[in-house]
Amino acid sequence: MTAVERLLLKQEIEEFLYSEADLLDQRKFRDWLDLLAEDLVYFMPIRRNVKFGQHDEKENTRQGEGISWFDEDKWTLTKRVEQVLTGVHYAEEPLSRVTHMVSNVRLLDVTPEQVTVGCRFLVYQNRVEYENYTFIGRRTDILRRNGDSWLIARRELILEQNVLLAKNLSIFF
Amino acid sequence: MSTTLPIDQMIDTQRGTISREIFVSPEFHAAELEKLFTRAWLFVGHESQIPKPGDFFVSRMGQESVILCRDSRGAVHVFLNSCRHRGMKICRYEQGNTSLFVCPYHSWSYTTDGKLQGVPLYRSLYEGVLNREDWSLIEVPRLACYKGTVWASWDAEAPDFLTYLGGAVDHLDQVLDCRDGRPGGSEVIGVHKWILPTNWKFAAENFLGDTYHNPSHRSVDMIGIGPSGEKGQRRDNEYNKGQHVWVGFPQGHGMHSVWMPEQQEYQPGYAQYPEVDEYFRHCFEERKRRQGDKARLMPFTGNLFPNTSYHGRQPRGLCVWHPHSPTETEAWRFFLVDADAPAAVKDVLRRFYMRYSGPAGMTEQDDMENWLYATQSSMGTIARRYPFNYQASMGAYKTNDPIPGDVSLQITDQTPRNYYRVYSRYLKGDGWDSLLGRDLQPIQRAAE
Repeated sequence: MTAVERLLLKQEIEEFLYSEADLLDQRKFRDWLDLLAEDLVYFMPIRRNVKFGQHDEKENTRQGEGISWFDEDKWTLTKRVEQVLTGVHYAEEPLSRVTHMVSNVRLLDVTPEQVTVGCRFLVYQNRVEYENYTFIGRRTDILRRNGDSWLIARRELILEQNVLLAKNLSIFF
Repeated sequence: MSTTLPIDQMIDTQRGTISREIFVSPEFHAAELEKLFTRAWLFVGHESQIPKPGDFFVSRMGQESVILCRDSRGAVHVFLNSCRHRGMKICRYEQGNTSLFVCPYHSWSYTTDGKLQGVPLYRSLYEGVLNREDWSLIEVPRLACYKGTVWASWDAEAPDFLTYLGGAVDHLDQVLDCRDGRPGGSEVIGVHKWILPTNWKFAAENFLGDTYHNPSHRSVDMIGIGPSGEKGQRRDNEYNKGQHVWVGFPQGHGMHSVWMPEQQEYQPGYAQYPEVDEYFRHCFEERKRRQGDKARLMPFTGNLFPNTSYHGRQPRGLCVWHPHSPTETEAWRFFLVDADAPAAVKDVLRRFYMRYSGPAGMTEQDDMENWLYATQSSMGTIARRYPFNYQASMGAYKTNDPIPGDVSLQITDQTPRNYYRVYSRYLKGDGWDSLLGRDLQPIQRAAE
């Protein structure tokens, strides 16, 4: 891959991530589901306070074992969307106002079929009148080529919190 | 101890009214910390979290950080997480293994059985004055390990844990025992910790058997997230042939359980996972064989006085509501599975727990919303003049029929009325006979 090709690919990936974020912020949840691969892994570990030197091994809960904030698949995310769309999911009724910021985008690995992308997320949620939550962290996505667009095959969200400083994780990340 | 709080006017369990003050006022919050959380038995953790000598897990009791620790000889301790010298938190890791807790501030160090060992410059600064044995970590005077769970009380005079539980133990057993009826055998597979801007008692009450709030979970019932994935319910309906019971005990515990028919048969579930269904069918038959008539009791939710709630089956875990302030609570949920369950079963369960429970749980998110706004809209001057209503099913219960305790066969506020009667006794500083409800003769006999 030439430098120019890489630059164009990065541009394309960024555009994709921004459009994806916009779908969520515009509450087009079903359209957002269409961007998820059928075998999606959607994972947000719980972060723990561990001794120096144990971070790699023990800081984050692991995908596929025990309890995390999210360790789920497209079926479950589809259920979450269906739940919001019932209009009686009171934790999101009335709907929150949400903005997803995506930055620090880097291509970590590129193959002909897929791209691993690292970025930072800042998700701002304002709810009803006075509820405000800010979720900040690091994200690693695996995007799979799908015609002239992309499918999200894996999303790992490293939220920079230990005790969750929010009453709910009722929004999509 | 006496109190100036007008407790009897605020908590009228005869009439079924309770003042909003107890959910929002700093005075009640202070009285709870002083008179309730210093005496009641509180859940601290699970032995599966500290299997080896030197293992520790940092937990909470009310507002305070404590260390659950297994010492080098294997004995379990609970210590206040604060250096005896100048108060620094001696352990800020959540869990791990150590031979010594070394305070970051002035480097006093403590062994895993709480003894003060290292005092820098001891000879030149403290010789002849400081007696190390007098400055051990502050340890709970009362500790109980029950089927893997660890409980503690700051009151040396507290009755033993099983007396405190009374008849509620039969219901707690349904949470802690193996699904096939062997005693104990559970393990913690993860802990959720989160902050919610609500009074802690809203959460405790919810688990006392407030089945009345079911409509607030309509959205998750509509879509269906149970292990069978069927629309119309959020978990498998394994109790459809049973008699639902709402049970209160004189020590303040209350729960919603189910009394199954004598000739109960396995209700298939986990339709998406045939091998898990097969496992639970086997467990069901084994449990029936082992426990006989006792196997008719099945758990839904419960709250062990004051702040330890449980879900008994789908999902399964213990949840502790730690007060931060009158209007803020830190919730910790400990998820349980049978330690020796097959890996495929554990995997299905943990996935269900995550989508059901806690801040990311599709069911409990709606609870959090309710508790937040119930707290917030009770803070106003005018709002505080109007009490909450606890009049559901007034008097509609029988004692020790068909199972021990005050048993209602319909949705009821009897369990919270009972809970707040006991709560007010703590706030008045009553003795243990009163706190255990020993004056309440009929249920007393069944409970002990």
